[in-house]
Amino acid sequence: MMYDWLNNLTGSPILAMFIVSLLPLFVFILPFALFAVLMERKVSAHMQDRLGPMRTGYHGILQTIADIIKLLQKEDLVPTATDKTLFNFAPLLVFIGSYAAFAAIPFSGFFIGSKIDLGIIFIVGVTGLVVAGILMAGWASNNKYSLLGAMRSAAQIISYEIPTLLIILTIIMITGTLSLYDLSEMQTPYFWNWMILGGPAVGLQKILLIPLMIMGCLIIYTSTLAEVNRTPFDIPEAESELVSGYHTEYSGMKFAMFFLAEYANMFAVSAIVAVLFFGGYQSPFGYLGNLLGLKWLIPIEQFSWFTAKGLFFVFVQMWLRWTLPRFRVDQLMAFCWKYLIPFSFVILLLVGLITLI
Amino acid sequence: MSQYSIQNTKDSKLKTEEMVLNMGPQHPSTHGVLRLELKLDGEIILDVVPHIGYLHRCFEKHAEAMTYPQVIPYTDRMDYLASMYNEFGYALAMERLMKIEVPERVEYIRVIMGEFQRIASHLVALGTYGADIGAFTPFLFCFRDRERILHLFEITCGARLLYNYIWIGGVSHDLHPDFIRLAKEFIKDFRPNLKELNELLSYNRIFIERTANVGVLPVDTAINYGVSGPNLRASGMKWDLRRDDPYSVYHKFDYEIPIGSGEKGKTGDCWDRYFIRVREMEESLKIIEQALDTIPEGDVTSAIPKRVKPPEGQIYTRVENPRGELGYFIISDGSLNPARVKVRAPSFVTMQVFPELCKGFMVADVVAILGSIDIVLGEIDR
Repeated sequence: MMYDWLNNLTGSPILAMFIVSLLPLFVFILPFALFAVLMERKVSAHMQDRLGPMRTGYHGILQTIADIIKLLQKEDLVPTATDKTLFNFAPLLVFIGSYAAFAAIPFSGFFIGSKIDLGIIFIVGVTGLVVAGILMAGWASNNKYSLLGAMRSAAQIISYEIPTLLIILTIIMITGTLSLYDLSEMQTPYFWNWMILGGPAVGLQKILLIPLMIMGCLIIYTSTLAEVNRTPFDIPEAESELVSGYHTEYSGMKFAMFFLAEYANMFAVSAIVAVLFFGGYQSPFGYLGNLLGLKWLIPIEQFSWFTAKGLFFVFVQMWLRWTLPRFRVDQLMAFCWKYLIPFSFVILLLVGLITLI
Repeated sequence: MSQYSIQNTKDSKLKTEEMVLNMGPQHPSTHGVLRLELKLDGEIILDVVPHIGYLHRCFEKHAEAMTYPQVIPYTDRMDYLASMYNEFGYALAMERLMKIEVPERVEYIRVIMGEFQRIASHLVALGTYGADIGAFTPFLFCFRDRERILHLFEITCGARLLYNYIWIGGVSHDLHPDFIRLAKEFIKDFRPNLKELNELLSYNRIFIERTANVGVLPVDTAINYGVSGPNLRASGMKWDLRRDDPYSVYHKFDYEIPIGSGEKGKTGDCWDRYFIRVREMEESLKIIEQALDTIPEGDVTSAIPKRVKPPEGQIYTRVENPRGELGYFIISDGSLNPARVKVRAPSFVTMQVFPELCKGFMVADVVAILGSIDIVLGEIDR
């Protein structure tokens, strides 16, 4: 949509493509990462009876910018015993994996990088690249801690993709679409049409769907937490055991790439949860733009709603991180295979039966 | 021995190798400068060899070149989280050697300081233990409370970590006029905080999963290795020197000696060792409360000898330090300097049982077990 508009405006498909593909990076991911790092520090600080950064700017709002400048100035250090090619390529791959996911995320009805029909499958697919990047980083670092971290991470991400996909499958069964745009458009106009409250279904079907959808939402949120390596599933970079896991040997901008990818990923999975269960960019109470007759206001409202929902889930991730301890690697796998996957299958089956009603 | 099956990898045709992983001396959760040589099969521990000595400062040799009172600041630097108690033990040994009667007020002050020190030390142990398991917030909550105890020490003697407060025959300063009021305020505020810690960490499901049934120390093994203090009590043995080898005025107070019960798993697992410390803090609060209420008036410096010159002889005195039995063996040749000061450090003894606890568990459990036995490297290496 954005692409068509820009194509008409500039008259050049290449330029339009270029702008559309770079826009999420500069308009969203970079400012978001800056904001999210500060948010994490402030959230954690206030949960722990501290103030967090206070010196750089008003209440430390410039702290992340100062950090980035510091990271940029650092020497690009490559340890001698590493596999140089893989070592340099890994952060790029990780970053590409999480950045590419933003192409299919519908920020509003108007602002979608690529309105493909297979949006959700695309996101799941490209975020799978991250695993390869992490494995590469762990292997190429030639460090035992990195290797252990990478192995744990690969096992974890692959296992937790299964419940995620099963829940996504149930949503697809109800809505019959793989496109995130169509999915968002279905959950309109008010909040009782959100998937968590049964979606567009009516009557008995809706009532039966609600408890299953709530369970599904919890499962998908838990497993996406594991996919982005957040506490209580942050064992790949378990600080107290593995120092920093797969990025132990990285410094400077390469480290910043991992860092950026982590925060971009946090938002990406929150966005998926928001789109699947909480109406995506749709407002829960209708639009001010419709009320006032100002059509141009609607995309802006939608964008704000989407960001607000995404940020809320990011906040919950942070909240969990600063509250819970960490699982052990075998408990983590047991939790996935013994609880999440069977429950997901049950939900899939029941939703399948309900849709037949 | 093992909770996990190592058999699978052994039976299969795949060629696997054992990996040796060096943990430390620069590692976030070795609590100082301990180096552990881990022999791993995948993530499972086959063997652990601890290497100590990175913090060796020749305390015992140093002591021989000092006069008796000059040794006290050095005892501070052994177990730097329980400096008060180190001084307490040394002063007690010297008083017994020289047969000095200490004023009652001094004994009360020493008990109050010692128990506050126990709480402060346990707070560090519990906080860092939470951080080892991955929960960082309890760490800061514990340090927030410890800060107030350090403030109490600071108004009393001017120092926050290494006090040089308890002297042979007395203490360096009397209590600050505000001390009793502030101490009571602290106790009042601390009880709810302890409850909050329990809700946040002790009874957290994930925390219990991580610590229950991990690193079980059976009571007979504990006794064979000479483990003492909270670690021994967590294994189910009611052994506390404050009660079993009474010193100072501990016999005047009413308190319990908590022992591990295997509430969440087997008796003597990491959770028991963790929780015994929480309960000990409650008991220490009781002792402090009673002591604050009944503390007599008097002079605190009257019994301090002008010149410390003990008669020829030797003495072994042990006290219940936050980490266990802290013993001082002092030989006097009748001169101004000790001929020998040997310290029985509880952490050093506990460290020997550590490889036994770890075998068959996973890398993440090593961190959990190491945190639960609560070692201080300054004391191990001395």
